[in-house]
Amino acid sequence: MTPLLGLAAKSLWSRRITAGLTVFSIGVSVMLLLAVEKVRSEARESFASTISGTDLIVGARGGPVNLLLYSVFRIGEPTTNVSWRSYRMVASHPDVAWAIPISLGDSHRGFRVVGTSTGYFEHFRYGRKRSLAFETGRPFEALYEAVLGADVARTLGYAIGDEITVAHGIGEVSFVNHAEHPFRVTGILAPTATPVDRAVHVSVEAVSAIHAPWQPGGQDRPAAGTPAPPPSLTAEPHGPTPPIEAGGHDHGHETLHERVEVDAARPASSPPQDGQADYPTERGPAPTGITAFLVGMKTPVATLQMQRALNEYRDEPLLAIMPGVTLQQLWQVVGIGDRALLVIAACVVLAGLTGMVTALLTSLNERRREMAVLRSVGARPAHVFALLVLESGLLASAGAMLGVLLAWTGLRVGEPLLERRFGLFFDLTAPSGYDLAVTGVVIAAGLCAGTLPAWRAYRNSLADGLSMRI
Amino acid sequence: MTETAIEVKGLRFEWVAGEPVLDIPSFVVARGERVFLEGPSGSGKSTLLGLIGGVLPPREGSVRVLGTDLGKLPSTARDRFRADHIGFVFQMFNLLPYLGVLDNVVLPASFSVRRRERAGDVLAEARRLLDALGIGDPGLLSRDVGRLSIGQQQRVAVARALLGRPDVLIADEPTSALDAGTREAFLELLMSECRATGTTLLFVSHDTALGSLFDRSLGLGAVNRAGRARQAA
Repeated sequence: MTPLLGLAAKSLWSRRITAGLTVFSIGVSVMLLLAVEKVRSEARESFASTISGTDLIVGARGGPVNLLLYSVFRIGEPTTNVSWRSYRMVASHPDVAWAIPISLGDSHRGFRVVGTSTGYFEHFRYGRKRSLAFETGRPFEALYEAVLGADVARTLGYAIGDEITVAHGIGEVSFVNHAEHPFRVTGILAPTATPVDRAVHVSVEAVSAIHAPWQPGGQDRPAAGTPAPPPSLTAEPHGPTPPIEAGGHDHGHETLHERVEVDAARPASSPPQDGQADYPTERGPAPTGITAFLVGMKTPVATLQMQRALNEYRDEPLLAIMPGVTLQQLWQVVGIGDRALLVIAACVVLAGLTGMVTALLTSLNERRREMAVLRSVGARPAHVFALLVLESGLLASAGAMLGVLLAWTGLRVGEPLLERRFGLFFDLTAPSGYDLAVTGVVIAAGLCAGTLPAWRAYRNSLADGLSMRI
Repeated sequence: MTETAIEVKGLRFEWVAGEPVLDIPSFVVARGERVFLEGPSGSGKSTLLGLIGGVLPPREGSVRVLGTDLGKLPSTARDRFRADHIGFVFQMFNLLPYLGVLDNVVLPASFSVRRRERAGDVLAEARRLLDALGIGDPGLLSRDVGRLSIGQQQRVAVARALLGRPDVLIADEPTSALDAGTREAFLELLMSECRATGTTLLFVSHDTALGSLFDRSLGLGAVNRAGRARQAA
């Protein structure tokens, strides 16, 4: 077999232009297949980590995917809000490391305004547990201050110190403009390739304030009824998981219901209510309801228990989801396109191999003399067969290796762009199991495909024998 | 060991039914004999050589080479037998264009253990043969075979056919592409090498003028009844 391999290699080398083109076409197709799979798995990975480090997302009861869509991707609208009281209750739970409110509903020139807390810049994670970074500036501190996502600043050309106004609703054009409360830009975030880039971040108090005109000192605040004691999720301190026990059963239901309705209508003056006794009034009016909130738990076990407790919470219909799980569900839907891409890439490999078979078959006629010479020096028809199979094996191997090289180089070169534009990161240290599998399958397919020209050559050499005159 | 190198008996061969190409009652070549077989193109020469070379199976009659009845061997064994015992030189295009001169000459050693063993140091033997045939010049050896003259290519082909001392050398019009001067020199070299190695030579050509140089010269028409019949028709 070794002398045959040498013969095959030398024979291919003598036809190096056509062989080179064949190798190139196989290489490009393999590159495509590998790159598509790399980008596909990285896109899935990146999608699954649009939000990471957050253990639970809590919103009004509804579909998990819907909650994920509006809270993380800022697509669609929640049907109802979550009460500030419930948020406070969860935030103060001993197993909760941090909780970040999310309040949506307003926009600035087509970009969503996200009411949140400064904890957002501290705890929010995306990608491989990367935290948000400030390109310039600092988080918001005063009431009418805003932090812009990278896309917002770039698209609208904003810089630190610029003033922006917020409109009610999420369209590009809004009829209700909160122009009397301009926001000053205090910070611009570094690009993340997540929906964060397309958001204007303000404090949740500011969202309340623009809807409920407020003056420091509380002159504008309508008298709230008897403030309820803060609700509590803590019950038995010695228990592994404190069961949720909504405080103030006697009046909690009523006020929560009231609040949901009030929030939905967003009246000019929404009375701050339960759970706001400890609210620092100098920062702005306490929100009554928020869209959702993100929770970081202290332990994974606590996450599961908290999720269950919240989903079974009787005082307010809440839904707690683990973002990773729901992101995977969502990927099942949005990931169809990339599977199609993979199929197309596989078809291109098939086309590459077909091209190889075509090239080998076409060369066979002019190689009949070569086969006859081989037969005259003692080669059996089986040797001729093996020679052709080896040739296609060599072509496919070279093509597969070229493909791996091209894919690797391409991703290495394109990495900065892919990272900046799409937030895709590639681990290019060693070929993955998938790379090796693709290489193996392509070589095996090349050997199999080679049996067709090999069979033709075998038949030819049986018929031709040693006859040199064709 | 038998004294006959080639023994054809009662051989009939036809490509198309009812149109026999060969009908040879008897044709014998002794060991070490150098035989000139004359025949015009289309007289069934190549078919006969294919049968003696074990590429074609005889359907009727027998072809014995070195005492082995080729018709009784399966095709793989016939291929092995050819690789071990028979060297070929053709009219032209003997060499693989993508191999160098030496690689072309040592090719039979890749397919036959017997010839590899008989050659000893294969590369040294190839160089010796090329030297003896007058093309051992290092400048020639490094040259692309396609850039050698036809005469040089034919001598490389003879060196290859003789590597590992095969018992029989079959030459099919090896001189027809050569001019008269080169032809004489080529034949002399071929003869002397066959004599030196004791190789039986079956030389086929349409050029009757060459016949006098051989131990025996005969026309294919004299041994092949089918050819006679066709010519008569």
